[in-house]
Amino acid sequence: MARRATSGLLFQGSDWNFATLSRAYDAIEQVALEEMGLSVYPNQLEIITSEQMLDAYSSVGMPLMYQHWSFGKRFAYEEHHYRKGHRGLAYELVINSNPCITYLMEENTMAMQALVTAHAAFGHNHFFKNNYLFRQWTDAGAILSYMDFAKKYVMKCEERHGNAAVEAILDSAHALMDQGVFRYRRPPRLSSEKVRERARERLEYEEQTYSDIWRTLPQVAENRDPAEAERDASERKKVLNLPEENLLYFLEKHSLILEPWQRELLRIVRVIAQYFYPQRQTKVMNEGCATFVHYTIINRLYDQGRIGEGHMLELLQSHSNVVFQPDFDDRRYPGINPYALGFAMMQDIQRIATEPTAEDRDWFPSFAGNGDWMETLRDAWANHRDESFILQYLSPAVMRRFRLFQLHDRSSDRFVEVASIHDERGYSAVRSALANSYDVAANQPDIQVMDVDLLGDRQLRLQHNVKRGILLDEGSRDATMRHIRHLWGYEVSLAGVDAQTGRTVYECSTAKKPE
Amino acid sequence: MPNFIDRRLNPKDKSLGNRQRFLKRAREELKRVIKDQVKSDRIIDVDAAHGVPMPTDGASEPTFQPSRGSGERNYVLPGNKEFSAGDRLPKPEAGGGGGGKGRPGTGESDDDFQFILSREEVLDLFFEDLELPDMVKLSLKETVTFKPRRAGFATAGTPTNINVGRTMRNSFGRRLALHRPKEKELTAITEEIARLEAEPEISAKDRLRLKELRSELERIEKKRRRIPYVDPVDIRFNRFEQQPLPNANAVMFCLMDVSASMGEREKDLAKRFFVLLHLFLKRRYERIDIVFIRHTDEAREVDEETFFYSTQSGGTIVSTALEEMIRIVEDRYPSQIWNIYAAQASDGDNIIGDSEHCAALLREKLTKLCQYYAYVEIIDERETEIFGSTDNGTALWRAYRTVDGEKSNFQMTRIAKPADIYPVFRRLFARQPATRTRK
Repeated sequence: MARRATSGLLFQGSDWNFATLSRAYDAIEQVALEEMGLSVYPNQLEIITSEQMLDAYSSVGMPLMYQHWSFGKRFAYEEHHYRKGHRGLAYELVINSNPCITYLMEENTMAMQALVTAHAAFGHNHFFKNNYLFRQWTDAGAILSYMDFAKKYVMKCEERHGNAAVEAILDSAHALMDQGVFRYRRPPRLSSEKVRERARERLEYEEQTYSDIWRTLPQVAENRDPAEAERDASERKKVLNLPEENLLYFLEKHSLILEPWQRELLRIVRVIAQYFYPQRQTKVMNEGCATFVHYTIINRLYDQGRIGEGHMLELLQSHSNVVFQPDFDDRRYPGINPYALGFAMMQDIQRIATEPTAEDRDWFPSFAGNGDWMETLRDAWANHRDESFILQYLSPAVMRRFRLFQLHDRSSDRFVEVASIHDERGYSAVRSALANSYDVAANQPDIQVMDVDLLGDRQLRLQHNVKRGILLDEGSRDATMRHIRHLWGYEVSLAGVDAQTGRTVYECSTAKKPE
Repeated sequence: MPNFIDRRLNPKDKSLGNRQRFLKRAREELKRVIKDQVKSDRIIDVDAAHGVPMPTDGASEPTFQPSRGSGERNYVLPGNKEFSAGDRLPKPEAGGGGGGKGRPGTGESDDDFQFILSREEVLDLFFEDLELPDMVKLSLKETVTFKPRRAGFATAGTPTNINVGRTMRNSFGRRLALHRPKEKELTAITEEIARLEAEPEISAKDRLRLKELRSELERIEKKRRRIPYVDPVDIRFNRFEQQPLPNANAVMFCLMDVSASMGEREKDLAKRFFVLLHLFLKRRYERIDIVFIRHTDEAREVDEETFFYSTQSGGTIVSTALEEMIRIVEDRYPSQIWNIYAAQASDGDNIIGDSEHCAALLREKLTKLCQYYAYVEIIDERETEIFGSTDNGTALWRAYRTVDGEKSNFQMTRIAKPADIYPVFRRLFARQPATRTRK
């Protein structure tokens, strides 16, 4: 590795080449590992064109993806907006894998490439490697080979069973992607290539040896006494492990009509949904961490005299665009900017750790003034998700800076009420409301499998725990129910039960209502 | 040291398969949209990429979504300016930007989203109910072929294209201008040095001379090194330009009866006929002018908009249109320079006694001027049963029938539905390999 003297610019001009990229990488790596103490997966940096970036966008950011029409739709959508200039493309895209793959756009200037390297290859990378959600719930080493398997498997299924059949299953599975994750239970680890191969071989063997003749055997006599039937049913329910929140998992394991290959397709969709679940829970932290890391590294390099002033201005301008937060009444307001919030909170943690005010000592006795801001941050990055991070670290100073306020909206009222604002009385309320809005599990409809009437009409009974009176949009609800019915093979019913009172709010079913 | 991988040269169109799946799914809806667009497009614009709104039917992806109008919610928003706790704000009426704005992302408006279909995809959809044979579809979609043609010189290029003559000329000029010492001078001096050195005894004068010669030799050699024989600035490459294969110009006349008896359906069929003719011609000619002539009891040259959309009342005298066409041809499109194509659409109505006049005009003049003259009579679908391909029919039809067998470049047919259009072109297309040229 070329260790250069700490003076002298890393690059000049705006054009990049692999020599300057690698020189900048080495300098950034030195700051990141030695001064900030980050710990990262080995990096793999890939240079791509804008079209390839659009490709990556439309296949949910994975380098390998099976083929499906919805990705074509997304591609057309992204391309349209890109071409119209409605939105620019991201400068980079990073994949939670080992080695950590970072895409750099070829259009970026050299200064931007350096920023992006610091942001993605060290910021995001550190977060992926250390955050507890990613450590526990995703398997960075196995994901790429799993995606490779998934792509080939879908292709094989299309060859054997036709595009339409595969598409029908994938459509239905995609509809349930949000309900296809384990939220509270740790998911089974991705098994190694070998184990999966063995399982598939077994399935294929079963398929080959299946003989239709067994179906023609006479059924066992039907008249058993009702008590026994009742006991059987409750036993079945226990075996089925109900209630079950992961609808895709339940359908994959217990659907009455699916063929083995169809179950494998459901599994693929489920695994991908599970893989992305931690990312959805850590948007603010992930982006905040990466932004904070690039900001710190770039400033450090500037102080060392390794980045020129012109480049520094370019980088600061792009940085301030990224962390721009329009007010709620601004036409540009798209919601709270995770980059802005995350970066502001992390900078604030740095401030509290080094020069706390009396208020900070009051709110954060555990780390105010401890001086070691990097250690405090690393600890926060490793052990929190957005919800808990905001709940524990959002300081009054940041709330005042963002001028956050909380609105209470009841659908029956003709007005919305300002419940609390950024003042002494409101800090905790605003903070917990904001934290709550980042709790993915609490904000998605909670739908669970309650019962399967296996002895009767085999109806699949789902229950929607209605929280705070928020119902489901009926059009999309019914369409999604039809997808579940398609996978289950028999009628499906859904009951909305109020989480507090236990009252049934609504009921619907895919069965035709008798007129 | 990280691992750098340059992916820029990876194969493109990674998502093409996904796009095709998507198009297949939304095919019916797209076809309807394209049909509507073709109806309102100008004829020459059909043969281009089209933006269509995002299909909604086959392309929805339902999931369980919370409904907006129910329940209690808490929002945390940035940028408070004047509110304090307990303030009540009226809810914005419909989607205003005020306080009660919902969570972003769920309701993004797709209204202005145009989905771009490429030229090939548009033609695919357009051809579908015209029942064109596959071979014809392919050759219609074919783009113009190019041939590289020498076009001057360039300072950059591949070594295979170096123009030696031009390069050496430049090199020669430069050497002259910069006084590069010639080979001859060099050999003269070296020979003289050799001669002096070979002499057993050298006088003082000769020694001086030898010294002078040596320094002269050194100067010459240095200069020759500084001014190379061929310098990169001398090099010229042959430049090639991509030239479309030479094609003559063509003009296409669209003649249509616009009297009240031509309704929406008739005009739509006529338009499809014109579009297809234009596509055929476009394949063969580099430049095509289109002239629109509409007629009732008098004919006028109009623009495309007026041709298809404005109505005019009056009787029907077909010969006025033919005469107008002849006038325009004589005026602007001399037939020795232009390939003239004409397509006439009508419902067959004509004033009594005029049809024979038309047939005469056609036989005497127009078929001589034109490469191809097509007459389509648009009839009711029920009438196909009655008429079939017999000689019976309107006066105009009967009169034209007399021309039909006589002139090889005249075609006539009745069409009642889109699928009938193609057969009209079959002969035109079959004749394609041996095109008659008039030079």
